[in-house]
Amino acid sequence: MKKAHSFFRLPVTLPFALALAFIALSFAPANPGYKVGDTAIDFKLKNTDGKTVSLADIKNAKGYIVVFTCNACPYAKAYEDRVIALHNKYAALGYPVVAINSNDKDVQPADSFDKMKERVKEKNISYPYLYDETQEIAKTYGATRTPHVYVLDQNRVVRYIGAIDDNSESPEEAKEKYVESAVDALLKGQDVTVKETKAVGCGIKWKKA
Amino acid sequence: MPTATMRTLLTLILLSIAGFTAAQDIPFIKAGQISQWKNADTDTVYVLNFWATWCAPCVEELPLFEKLNKAYAGQKVQVVLISTDFKRNVESGVKPFVRDKKLESRVVFMDESNPNNYINAVDSSWSGALPATLIWSKRTQFSQFFEKKLSYEELEAAVKKAL
Repeated sequence: MKKAHSFFRLPVTLPFALALAFIALSFAPANPGYKVGDTAIDFKLKNTDGKTVSLADIKNAKGYIVVFTCNACPYAKAYEDRVIALHNKYAALGYPVVAINSNDKDVQPADSFDKMKERVKEKNISYPYLYDETQEIAKTYGATRTPHVYVLDQNRVVRYIGAIDDNSESPEEAKEKYVESAVDALLKGQDVTVKETKAVGCGIKWKKA
Repeated sequence: MPTATMRTLLTLILLSIAGFTAAQDIPFIKAGQISQWKNADTDTVYVLNFWATWCAPCVEELPLFEKLNKAYAGQKVQVVLISTDFKRNVESGVKPFVRDKKLESRVVFMDESNPNNYINAVDSSWSGALPATLIWSKRTQFSQFFEKKLSYEELEAAVKKAL
């Protein structure tokens, strides 16, 4: 009885799975975001000092460490000092950090523009911390969580996507510092070895439709 | 006589310990557990939900899994709530949370400091954002992955298809 049941189940499941796959594909957004090797768009976003910042405005850049982050997410907070350290180490070498907050303030009030300003003051942040109010840049880049890093070279070609390192909880125990390795390789004119990683993080708080 | 007193005392101590530990224990799992569940030769439908106490949409979603867990208690549905909190917060955060919310579904802690060890094992399409849920049945070859907060309708529909 049980056998017959599962026997008949199979032919039903396969077309169903195919149908699902088809639906998933047809509903996927036209641009699922950047892959390594794609050329990223530049942007004009409002910084916490009220001025608009584009990547092209940053003088002497050999590339950019673009970090989608926010104020409230515990993972973003856990990485905040490491992002500051990345900027302190690499800005002078030509790879400044450009942080972007794309969270919707109605969904997460702690990620409002005013709260961003407070955060910059509290942490004495010296890199641009930009407000992606329309969420257009997060969508175009394909950022899904915070923190989510894109290392771009001088021509805005994406050379690395993913996590900052392999241990969000304790920086001392991180064995692989993905972003540092990527930027170090680029500074030496070498190819990035680990080009893509994943990390658990807070989902970007998309606007409610 | 002293032995009897001691026995009573011992019983009392044991009882009070039992009282303290009545809230569920939270076992630690490794990445390999995911594939063990996925490959287990069983007709159980696994509902694996990845959450964290600090993730607001995850916490809002937890009652749905509790509801599902109750509604399908008589069927081969195994709900597992997999916490991805920081390890240092398991004792101080996750355990009290599970106790206060009186969670009855199975709760485990993902003891991996590098999420790359398990994210792709769950589903290759998962970017790592929370909440995330996999509904999986080896027997019916059903697999559906959601990287978002679910509604009960979506959750139940997937489980029904998986059964």
